[in-house]
Amino acid sequence: MQTIISISELSKTYAGGFAALKQVSLDIRRGEIFALLGPNGAGKTTLISIVCGLVTPSTGRVTVDGHDIIDDYRAARAMIGLVPQELTTDAFESVWNTVSFSRGLFGKPARPGYIEQLLKDLSLWDKKDAKLMMLSGGMKRRVLIAKALSHEPRILFLDEPTAGVDVELRRDMWQLVRRLRDTGVTVILTTHYIEEAEEMADRVGVISKGALILVEEKAALMQKLGGKQLTLQLQTALQAIPPALARYGLRLAKGGAELIYAYDGEGEETAIVDLLQELSAVGIGFSDLHTTQRSLEDIFVSLVAEPASAPQRMGEVS
Amino acid sequence: MNWHAVRAIYLFEMARTRRTLLQSVLAPVISTTLYFVVFGSAIGGYIPEVEGVSYGAFIVPGLIMLSLLTQSVSNASFAIFFPKFTRSIYELLSAPVSHFEIVLSYVGAAATKSVLLSLIILATASVFVPFRIEHPLWMLFFLVLTALTFSMLGFILGIWADNFEKLQLVPLLIITPLTFLGGSFYSIDMLPPAWQTVSLLNPVVYLVSAFRWSFYGSADVAVGVSLAMALLFLAVFVAIVMWMFRTGYRLKP
Ligand SMILES: Nc1ncnc2c1ncn2[C@@H]1O[C@H](COP(=O)(O)OP(=O)(O)OP(=O)(O)O)[C@@H](O)[C@H]1O
Ligand SMILES: [Mg+2]
Repeated sequence: MQTIISISELSKTYAGGFAALKQVSLDIRRGEIFALLGPNGAGKTTLISIVCGLVTPSTGRVTVDGHDIIDDYRAARAMIGLVPQELTTDAFESVWNTVSFSRGLFGKPARPGYIEQLLKDLSLWDKKDAKLMMLSGGMKRRVLIAKALSHEPRILFLDEPTAGVDVELRRDMWQLVRRLRDTGVTVILTTHYIEEAEEMADRVGVISKGALILVEEKAALMQKLGGKQLTLQLQTALQAIPPALARYGLRLAKGGAELIYAYDGEGEETAIVDLLQELSAVGIGFSDLHTTQRSLEDIFVSLVAEPASAPQRMGEVS
Repeated sequence: MNWHAVRAIYLFEMARTRRTLLQSVLAPVISTTLYFVVFGSAIGGYIPEVEGVSYGAFIVPGLIMLSLLTQSVSNASFAIFFPKFTRSIYELLSAPVSHFEIVLSYVGAAATKSVLLSLIILATASVFVPFRIEHPLWMLFFLVLTALTFSMLGFILGIWADNFEKLQLVPLLIITPLTFLGGSFYSIDMLPPAWQTVSLLNPVVYLVSAFRWSFYGSADVAVGVSLAMALLFLAVFVAIVMWMFRTGYRLKP
């Protein structure tokens, strides 16, 4: 697949000395939906801001469809629409004016028919003459999306598009993103939520503490992230896992006092029953058990702490 | 050139003025009228001719300069400070526009407004005092040059200010005193020699002097010198703005 955005060894150290991005390299493919997943402060907004020209990179290089974002910023920026994380709008302008303004700003001649359709698609048409300050938060977010799409960009950045957004708008947003993708627009969105990445993305990048720690096809990642684990408190500690149980890929913890079974979220519950039966067959008793779903936080911790274990676990699953 | 962008920003800024028409136009017109009533008519009656014209007529150029300077600075500073304050400036900074285009459209709009306002004040003044304009084209030239220069200064102020206090304090503490001390209401010749010399450090002196010359043909400072100084200020401000953009000063982290 063709690369549309190429980020190489991008670093950003803010004026205070804080390193918000560390040697990030990433290729975004033309026409894909790419989700950038990461906890607060991971550097998602910083990364997007550099590509869009809002933050000056410390080192590294970014090209957009072959255009360097600094040397050839006009060509690069003209292709990009950005929906920022914060709701930032001029208070006194009308919806129609502010969206038309954005189109002009990005160097496009007026095209009222297009803006009209855009506002209708975003359920903003009846608000076209309303002042921005009179709109609700969700409406403002739609306006920001309309502004970003006003100049028919080939690439759309959505920085946490569904933060503080109700279910209906979230569904609308996802539909919109899919429609855009169908017209060949590349969409890069950031999110804290695995579910959102799962719902929308073709590929997912995980960023933590300024480092891109993995980039993967969604399908592969979901298996890894969606996993659950069953923990058994054993009555007597084990030295080693009995060979008879090898096919479960079990693991011992707490010096053999806990037996851990990791399994896929879906469909593998039945395997638990088998496992428990086999345990009693080989005479391993347990006093308690619980299951946990690995939270995003856990995954970040494990990815950062033991990067080597990630591919290994992936191998088990597939 | 991204003319669509220049046009969009320019018209957006002009639309902002239309929305606040009362505040933008009426306030300066009223305050100028008050100046004419108080200085021109009430006090001016006791003052003999200055440089060959009645005191009322003498202060016309100075008064226009006074509002031209303050309006240019406040228009331009607000125009760029406000989006910075609401953070909606992200859009401008992510748009395919050059620094030159940004300055051209914002400073152009601010200067347009203050020039229009000056012309309105000029018309208002003609109601109160008879005066002549000896060099109308030069008058317009100095009007535009000063509007551009001080809109540029306002633009710098708007980028620099990180809160509303700073935005308002600087015009109050620096621009207004410099204008009042810049010979708006008197001829520099009226000052004691030592103060005359000090006055020459005040950039506004040159602008007022040149502007008054375009009306009555006499000046405190040679017109050529004033013109050179005015262009010098413009060049300095342009250099500062370019530096701000190049380094991303208070615009891009
Ligand atoms: N202008 C700035 N100056 C200094 N530090 C900054 C600046 N902007 C961001 N940072 C820091 O850089 C780090 C990354 O911030 P960034 O906004 O990119 O994170 P994020 O992944 O978008 O987080 P969130 O999910 O909360 O939006 C944070 O620790 C933040 O405090
Ligand atoms: Mg963010």
